[in-house]
Order: sequence, then C-alpha cells, then structure tokens
Amino acid sequence: MTQLKRTALFEEHVKLGGRLIDFGGWELPVQYSGVMDEHLACRTAAGLFDVSHMGEILVSGGDAERFLYHLVSNDVSKMEIGQAQYSILCRHNGSSVDDLIVYRRTENDYLVVVNASNTDKDFEWMKKIHEEGRFACRLENVSSEWSQIAIQGPRATEILQSLTRAKLSEVKTFRFIEDWINGVPAILSRTGYTGEDGFEIYVPWNEAPKVWSTLVEKGAEFGLKPCGLGARDTLRLEVKYPLYGHELDDETNPVEAGLGWAVKTDKTEFVGKEALAAAKTGDVRKKLVGIGFLAPGIPRQGYKIFSPDGLKEVGVITSGTQSPCLKKSIGLAFVDPAHSVVGTKLLIEIRGNRVPIEVIPTPFYKRPDERREE
Amino acid sequence: MNFPENLKYTKDHEWAKIDGTQITVGITDHAQSALGDVVFVELPKVGRDLKAGETFGVVESIKAVSDLYSPVSGKVLAVNDAVVGEPSSVNRDPHTSAWLIKIETSDASALSGLMDSTAYSAFVSSIK
Repeated sequence: MTQLKRTALFEEHVKLGGRLIDFGGWELPVQYSGVMDEHLACRTAAGLFDVSHMGEILVSGGDAERFLYHLVSNDVSKMEIGQAQYSILCRHNGSSVDDLIVYRRTENDYLVVVNASNTDKDFEWMKKIHEEGRFACRLENVSSEWSQIAIQGPRATEILQSLTRAKLSEVKTFRFIEDWINGVPAILSRTGYTGEDGFEIYVPWNEAPKVWSTLVEKGAEFGLKPCGLGARDTLRLEVKYPLYGHELDDETNPVEAGLGWAVKTDKTEFVGKEALAAAKTGDVRKKLVGIGFLAPGIPRQGYKIFSPDGLKEVGVITSGTQSPCLKKSIGLAFVDPAHSVVGTKLLIEIRGNRVPIEVIPTPFYKRPDERREE
Repeated sequence: MNFPENLKYTKDHEWAKIDGTQITVGITDHAQSALGDVVFVELPKVGRDLKAGETFGVVESIKAVSDLYSPVSGKVLAVNDAVVGEPSSVNRDPHTSAWLIKIETSDASALSGLMDSTAYSAFVSSIK
C-alpha cells in the first residue's frame, strides 16, 4: 500500500472529526458534520476548505508572458498585475491536459494553480512546450511549499477581514493582493469553486494550521463550518463548475465542456488553436448540458443516456447528485449535439430501468443577489 | 453507535427483526452514518419473491449509492412508503420507524447465519 500524502492541516481535520478518505493519493476529509449541513452553511454563512493538495507552479522571467500566452487557452496578455484568470491547458489537438488559474504577480512573475492529481502531468507538459519554444523563463513546481485554504460564502469576507489589515472590500472578483494574515504572508485571491463570494488564501505550507484554526474560531459566531470534499463537489456542481476527471479529461476539449469563453481563438497563436477554432465553429462530437429529472432517480457519473424512443445511446452523465439547495436531482452530461437543446426530452438508464429526463438551463443554482426577476 | 440487542445483523449492514416467519429489514445505524445524508430510497413491490443475498433496493446519499441485500428468502409482505417519501428518516431512526421491508420467510433456517448485536458490533470495529 502506498503511503497517502497529508496536508499541513491533517491534525486539524482529525481534531474536527473529519472523515478521512483517499482522494487521488491524498488523505483528506470528505465531510465533518455532513455534506448537507456543510453545503448549506457555505451558501448561507461561510465554509472553510483545505485545498492544500492543489498544485502550484511558478513561471518567471522575461518570456513568462509570451510562454503562457502560447501555453494556455485564455489570453494572459490582457491581465493586469494582481489579476487572476481561468484557463485550460490544451494539447495540439485541443484536448485538455488540465484546467487552471493563472495569477499575474508582477510584470514577469506568474503563479499557475493546477489540479492536485494532474500536477506532475501538467508540469511535464509545460516543460515540453517550454523546451520546444526556447522561452527565456523559469518553471518551478512549488506545490509542496504552499498550502491553500478557501473561505467561501456570504459571510466569508467579513470573517477574513478580522484577520488582516488588507482592505478586502477593494479586492474585486478574480483579483488578488499579497499581504499579511494572522502574522503570516499570504496571497488573498477573490476566487473560489463554490459559486459564492469569498477568498482563496495561499500561505507557506507550515503556516496553514495557525491560519485555519483562527478562521475556524473567529468564523464560528458567523456560522462558518469546515467543509469536506463532499460539499466542495456538490457546491461546484450546483453552479456547473467543471471538475477534471468528470467534465474535462484527456479526450475532451474545453469547447465541448462549455468553456469556449476561456478559449481565445482571436489570439495570434497558442497550443491547440486550430482544433479549438474548428470546435468553436461547431465541429464538436459532444456538448455538456444540464440534466433535470421528470421522475424519481439520481444521476451518477457513467449512467447512459438514450434517445426518447430508447433505441440510440446519445450521451453519458459526468457528474450528478441531489442538489442540497434545490432538493432536486441534477446532473451534467455529455450528449450528442443534436440532443443538446434546452427542453429536449431524453431517457437515462438507472439500474436497468429507463427514467425520463430533460435538458435544462444551467447553472442549476444562482446566488440570491445574482437572480434576475423573471 | 447503536446496536440493539433484539436485532440480527448481516455483513452488508442490514438488520433483521424476527417475529416467527415475519422478518422486518432495515439498514443499521453504522450504515446510515457511513452513507451520510440519505436522499433517495428505492424499494421492491409487495409480493416480490426474494432470495437470501438478493438485491431488493437501493439507498442513496448525496455522495453514494448503496445496494440493499435481503437477509433471507421469502415474499415481500410490506414496504415502508413513508421512508421513500422522507428518506432522511433513515438517518434519524434507522432501527425502528425507518424499517424498509417486511418479508414472509420460506426458510427460517437462514436466520441462524446472521450475527447478534455483540458479533456485529465487533465486526463494525474490525472494518474501521
């Protein structure tokens, strides 16, 4: 048996009664008080997440911008210092190596945050592209030196503000500042994976327990709860954020996964541009859609989807659950583009039975302040 | 964790309450705790014939799907529709009001293979 990796917060998870599981080789809590309870706490007050397993890669040097412009799907040349940008790392055929966030720290220094289980694969791919283009910049995998804590929810900013002199109200969405929190140097980034307002906090690996336990303590009176991987998954699914291994993988391009907005085919060049430009003009094999249920059942990854007459397999579920906020079954699925229009009725196979479903609009859940009067 | 002494237990974490040839079946406190928030329960039709070890339904939490296995052979006498309507009752009261099905058993001898509360409690400790 291989030894599971632990984050700097392992002891904190044990203390808080977290139920630990093997998550891609990391021993992490799937839940503390319960997925439902944690999910609702994050939507109504605040949730605290240990995401230290995520990978961090530094790109620095005179060619850093030119390298990242070539490497990823979004346009880093449009970024200001202090800005964060979602992007996809693609191969020449357009398929996804990973999805990631690029942070511009100075003119020539970037931080790239990637999915934990893809870190080594991503770093190898980045080195390969770097060597091919002879870019004058340095790549450094610092994943083991940085912890990441996410605080998310309507009360998150207030809670975090009590630990720092930085003016958090001045940090806009997808912006970050580098400042001190609780006596620890940190990157405070107004980003997240829940659909809520909040911050992702990067601190030196060993400083994480101090920051975490102070946030747990200070947050309690605001209704903050520590949240495990279970709630992290249901929260992101309600707002249709993709999860690598589900909505994105080595066979899928970002346009198929509904991420065309982060693929800037107006750039002069980048890895995968031709394939992705073709995908944008409609050359796709599948489309990611939201699924709602017309009869009881809960969709799960891998469940097959059939045409209304039941004769043709037209898709597959990538993620599914019962939404803790909506109390309804929700799912994401890749379907044949011909069956991807909202309102299309289809069938899903669950344990040998065919259950009627429908393509529905996404995101499934919107924050109260984002809902428009219909 | 609660292991009532009046029940018998399977290795798949169902409990069985024996009243002559009538067997009431549910999932254990350990099972509901391991599953987490139960949000969906699917049960068989009354009258269905089950074999010991056969799947008779599913319990789903937000994260997981778990099959239900019949501890004995027999015919389904009754199913608990209240639990289907309110799945979270499995988390609150797994051993009594959130029973799942009642079976009229055709082979009571299979019951001797089930664990008593002491043996099941030791079994749960051993798999942790």
